[in-house]
Amino acid sequence: MHKDSNKATFLFSSGMVIVIAIMLSVAAIVLGPYQARNTRIEKMENILSSVGINGTSDEAEANFSKYIIKQVVLDSKGEPVNGGTPAFDIDLKKELDKEKTGDQDKELFPLFVCQKENKTFYIIPVRGKGLWGPIWGFIALEEDMNTVYGVSFGHKSETPGLGAEIETAKFQEKFKGKKILDDEGKFVSVKVVKGSSASTNPHGVDAISGATITSDGVSEMLQRTLTNYIAYFKKISTQK
Amino acid sequence: MSNEISTAPKKEQVKKEPLFSPKNKKLLYDPMNDSNPITVQVLGICSALAVTVKMQPSIVMALAVMVVTAFSSLIISIIRNIIPNRIRIIVQLTVVAAMVILVDQFLKAFVYDVSKQLSVFVGLIITNCIVMGRLEAFAMANKPWPSFIDGIGNGLGYGVILVIVSMIRELLGSGELMGFRIIPESVYEMGYFNNGLIIMPPMALIIVGIIIWVQRSRNRKLIEAK
Repeated sequence: MHKDSNKATFLFSSGMVIVIAIMLSVAAIVLGPYQARNTRIEKMENILSSVGINGTSDEAEANFSKYIIKQVVLDSKGEPVNGGTPAFDIDLKKELDKEKTGDQDKELFPLFVCQKENKTFYIIPVRGKGLWGPIWGFIALEEDMNTVYGVSFGHKSETPGLGAEIETAKFQEKFKGKKILDDEGKFVSVKVVKGSSASTNPHGVDAISGATITSDGVSEMLQRTLTNYIAYFKKISTQK
Repeated sequence: MSNEISTAPKKEQVKKEPLFSPKNKKLLYDPMNDSNPITVQVLGICSALAVTVKMQPSIVMALAVMVVTAFSSLIISIIRNIIPNRIRIIVQLTVVAAMVILVDQFLKAFVYDVSKQLSVFVGLIITNCIVMGRLEAFAMANKPWPSFIDGIGNGLGYGVILVIVSMIRELLGSGELMGFRIIPESVYEMGYFNNGLIIMPPMALIIVGIIIWVQRSRNRKLIEAK
């Protein structure tokens, strides 16, 4: 059989594909647990960074169990759910996607309670759409469940220098001290707005110029996700 | 006595040439200067501009390219006599792609931070002309060991330039090397600023240009005859 015959070409390519497929599958299975661990650690780091705890990735696991004292899962009515998936393992993307299929009653929302320097903080994961892809983050509220203590945002593929600025400390710093409730206790969220009035506006953060869609995405993401927690916050604050 | 004499040439026949014969050494050293993939052949420029802001990702990227070129050269060279000629480019591409995926998976598992910084550029090693160029020009026609050395050599040649460029860019752009502060705070207090322009990709191109200039003025034979 000549190596350039049709038969040899087909045999060779089929053989090659099978060998390479096996090799890559084995690699994916063997390395999978390590990669999953890295993703978990990254999530822990992001959660901690919203309350201003920035350690190395080696410390993340220890810090997480030290500072995060409670993980709560809420249903769509704001009632805590007992048992089931732990808050940390809830995939917010899947939960928010339930709306598309009309299953919004079955949505679950994770909440992390953090204790730092004898103060309690409530950390809420948020997720939404930017210009090019998903954006996500964590927003930490102070004990009054109203004032923003800190945020940490991430994005998949926003434009560097424009939308990608949401990842920078400079942008995230602006959220500190903003309020998600108005004077009457009604939920208004924090919005990213244009104009210099933003620094005096308790519900507004100065937008990134040139990144309107990403900025709007951040507002919408906060609005959409935070609203699910208000009922729960009202309930636990009256219990106190 | 007579035994020794008779075995010596026999041994010579089996081994043919030592692992690091002058010819093989040339394969290793040539890409660092006379046939450097970046400064002489002008291949793989795109990734060289993108990942050289900091030294650490550059070094990881250089290692990744070296591993991919070396091992795909080795594999292609081993199977070169049974590769059907009509599909040889596809076969090369498949082998390169598989190596790149393996490297990417390893980086994600063991140096996650660096892998995040390199993002798509590890995946784009597949399209790095250095790899395919060496497979087609060298590995398809040479024995496995020289091909492997040729791959290592070209990876090193690529890496040397990456490290030089990233060293200049990190030092002038962030005042650090490998993440350690080199330019002391006191200099900043005296009014020194990091050069923001040098972090931008065009400055990497200019630095590569300067390296080419320096190299050609020292190595006259690289200058094309008019």
